[in-house]
This record gives sequence, structure tokens and C-alpha cells, in this order.
Amino acid sequence: MEDLSLHILDVVENSTKAGANLVEINIKEDTDKDLLQIIIQDNGRGMDPKMVKRVTDPFTTTRTTRRVGLGLSMLEQAAQETGGDLTVTSEKGIGTEIRATFQASHIDRKPFGDMGSSMISLILGNPGVDFIYKSDFDGEKTTIDTRAIKAELDGTTTISDPAVLKLLRGVFEESLRN
Amino acid sequence: MAKLRIEDLKKIKESMAGTVNLRAGDQRVKITVHMGTCGIAAGARKIMNALLQKLEKSGASDIILTSSGCAGLCNHEPMITVEVRESAPVKYVKLDPEKTEKIFDEHIMKGNPVSEYALSMGSETTY
Repeated sequence: MEDLSLHILDVVENSTKAGANLVEINIKEDTDKDLLQIIIQDNGRGMDPKMVKRVTDPFTTTRTTRRVGLGLSMLEQAAQETGGDLTVTSEKGIGTEIRATFQASHIDRKPFGDMGSSMISLILGNPGVDFIYKSDFDGEKTTIDTRAIKAELDGTTTISDPAVLKLLRGVFEESLRN
Repeated sequence: MAKLRIEDLKKIKESMAGTVNLRAGDQRVKITVHMGTCGIAAGARKIMNALLQKLEKSGASDIILTSSGCAGLCNHEPMITVEVRESAPVKYVKLDPEKTEKIFDEHIMKGNPVSEYALSMGSETTY
């Protein structure tokens, strides 16, 4: 994966495959602490403790268990390369939280890349899933909730209308300090 | 601070007022971009962007664009599947944005599958 927004696209696809209908993506950067965090929470079917332990190991994965694979192990590697880490907490029937931490200024920290394209791909690809996107760069906050957007459109068009997506792309891109 | 401009959303809403919501109606074509880890790493997001741009330019409202996971043919990524109503689905493999645009113009808009980029036409293949 070239950039963090591709990792996010990939890992959130896990959530939607796990049956989540609400996924929250939280990006926080604190320059004073030199800390970048990406937190992804879903209300999917969750995993048992045994699976949580194995989930970032690419070699214990099976094709029939869709919740595992290379995606998380690659995000873990990206975090560890900056001195950070990845933690997974999950409860069966409740959901899963993925927390990736990075040293923000580390030379190996991947750039965010095209967050707008990732979010739009997620929205287009998962019409039954709502997304809450929150970013906080030293207090500069952005929140986008697809439920609010759908309510505002009020059935006149859908969120997958190219005109709506174009507007959203701009907001996602603006929210990042690349 | 980046904020979603509610006024812009309202403008879109107003421009749609009085028109029938075709996007929710009958779909003629469904385009699926395969977005498993393999697809994403191989460039599926660029393919999604190219299709979205084409879709916007065409103004067509009977085309649905969506994504799915790994199709088990990771070495052929990026891949899309094009389903035209009442025709066999076509899987296109090893794509780039240019090939994708050609598929949009030829297959999706004109109904002529681009066999040179296809994995198979229909469901079974020997090669």
C-alpha cells in the first residue's frame, strides 16, 4: 500500500464484510506529542479473543475466514515502521476497533494520499453502510456523517449521485493537512 | 476548518427537484470494482475514480457503480465486472485507467464488450 488512505480503504472493507452497518473512521494528529492515530470502529459481528490474537498474522489466515488476511498485517507493519503499533479489540456480536498509532514526523510514515477517493469508494461500494468520518489535526476538526447527508438529501437524489460525491470529495480532501 | 457546505447540498437537492429519481429506478448496467486487499494494492481505487469520472461526464443515471471484495484472481487485479442487463457478465482484468475508459465507452455505453481486456466472456473459460 502506497499511502495511509489505501490502508484505511482496505481495513474498512473488512468492517463492511463483517456485516457492519456503521463504521467510524477517526484520524487524530497531535504535533506536540508527534503522534498520529487512526482509529476504525465498527458494529460488525466481531471476533473471539482467539481470532483477535491471530488477526495480524498473515500466515494463520484462511480464505474462508474473511475477517483476516494481509490487510491488517500490512497496516501493522506501516505503523511499526514509524515506532508505532496496531491494536485490535473486539467483542463478538458488538464490533471491532482497530487502533493504529504512528510517530507523525517519522521519515517512514506514509503520507495520507487521496483520502477523498478512499471515502468515496467506500460510500459507493457499500450502499447499506453508513460512515462517520472524523479528523482532528491539532484541534482543526472535521466531521462527516453519511446519515446526516442522506437525511439532508431527503430522497431527492442518493448519496451515490456523482454531484454529491464530488462535493464530498472536496470536503474529505480539505480535512487533511498533507 | 473544512466544513460540509449544507448550501451546496441544498443546491444539488434543488436541481433534482421535480425530476424523477432515476438512480433509484431501473438499472441497465452494474459495474463492480474488485476491492480486496489485492485489488487495492494493485490500483483499484484509480479504476474506481476513472469510472466515476466517466459516469459523471456521461450523465447516465441507469448505471450503478459499486465494489466487492477479492474474487480469488489476485494476480489479475485490478479487475472489474460489467453486467449489462440480459447479457452475460464480463470480467475485465489487469486494468489501468485508460483501458477502463475504453471499456466504459465501448461496452457500457455502446454495448460492445472489449474482448482484448476480458478474462472471459460468460462464465467458463479454458485458457
